Amino acid sequence: MINYFNPNNTLEIINKAQKYVFALFMIVLLLGLVEALILSPEDYKQSDSVRIMYVHVPSAWISLGIFSVISFLSFGVFIFKNKNFSLITKSLAPSGFVFSIIALVTGSIWGKPTWGTWWAWDARITSMLLLSIFYLMFIISWKITSEKTKAEKISSIIAIIGLINIPVIKFSVEWWNTLHQPASVNILEETTIHSSMLMPLAIMTAAFALFSLLIFLMKYNTELLKIKNKGLNRL
Amino acid sequence: MYGKKVKFRALFIFLILVSIILAVILVVKSLEENVVYFKSPTDIRNLSEIKNSEKIRVGGMVKKDSIKINDKEIFFIITDFKNELLVTFNGSVPNLFEEGKGVVAEGKLRDKSFLTADKILAKHDENYMPPEVSEALKKN
Repeated sequence: MINYFNPNNTLEIINKAQKYVFALFMIVLLLGLVEALILSPEDYKQSDSVRIMYVHVPSAWISLGIFSVISFLSFGVFIFKNKNFSLITKSLAPSGFVFSIIALVTGSIWGKPTWGTWWAWDARITSMLLLSIFYLMFIISWKITSEKTKAEKISSIIAIIGLINIPVIKFSVEWWNTLHQPASVNILEETTIHSSMLMPLAIMTAAFALFSLLIFLMKYNTELLKIKNKGLNRL
Repeated sequence: MYGKKVKFRALFIFLILVSIILAVILVVKSLEENVVYFKSPTDIRNLSEIKNSEKIRVGGMVKKDSIKINDKEIFFIITDFKNELLVTFNGSVPNLFEEGKGVVAEGKLRDKSFLTADKILAKHDENYMPPEVSEALKKN
């Protein structure tokens, strides 16, 4: 079991896995787009602009999920100096960053026809912007610090501090008055999205998750190759 | 079990986290007024003084049968089912602006029950459904 996590073996597994993940991603994305754009009904109030939600909500979920994973792994990086974890967090960050931006942009495009404004400084939107900034700081901290151990330290502290923002994003719509509506998909309470609209949402979430996995594998592969080619800085 | 350095780093990050969480809670508590996007008509009623020059946002439901339109202005009442506030607005409203639905009005207060708005935002609720389902719900 431990061998699977040994970077030398993972390199081979990752190379093979990429193709399968890519094929699966294309299939699920196609299915999701057909469901979201053609088969699912329009909303009784917003009509066709409800379809923006099938991109907006999965992107927001994925960006939150990836940041949480990065934060928890960062405890291992900072406290136990786990080098492999630091490579994983470094490889996860770009797709999480892109999805947080997509969530902000699609939200803005939806907000104009629905609310009547592109942007509002309410608690949900502002905390989501803060998440993008945390991602950006995390990525930049790797780019500007030349020394690897220093970069690991700084980036993991950024990710751990950013963890505080995650529950704030989640509960912002309950704690304060916001323009953004409260959550529609609930585990403990009743879900307020009709099942015909929940289907494309679920498939698109799976597609975006697969896409993040694909980008992660590619990034992680590159990071491992860099180390292998140098022959130093071994894990 | 773990070395001194590991324990030290764990304590260090724990202290950083706790102090930042405390700082965030304190800042947010003291800035509560700026964190909320809008006030309810009841909040307005409970204000100690009204600043006529400052812009304010009030949100709630558009009261049923309260929308009146003449050639210059639109009048409606925002309610939180405890208190009400009359709003006048001169401009075009968003498509989702409707009686019985959420709304946020931004403008200047004339008194505790009257607001001249210069911006109207429609609030969308968390319900998503196809038109047929909504029709069926109305019939019941």
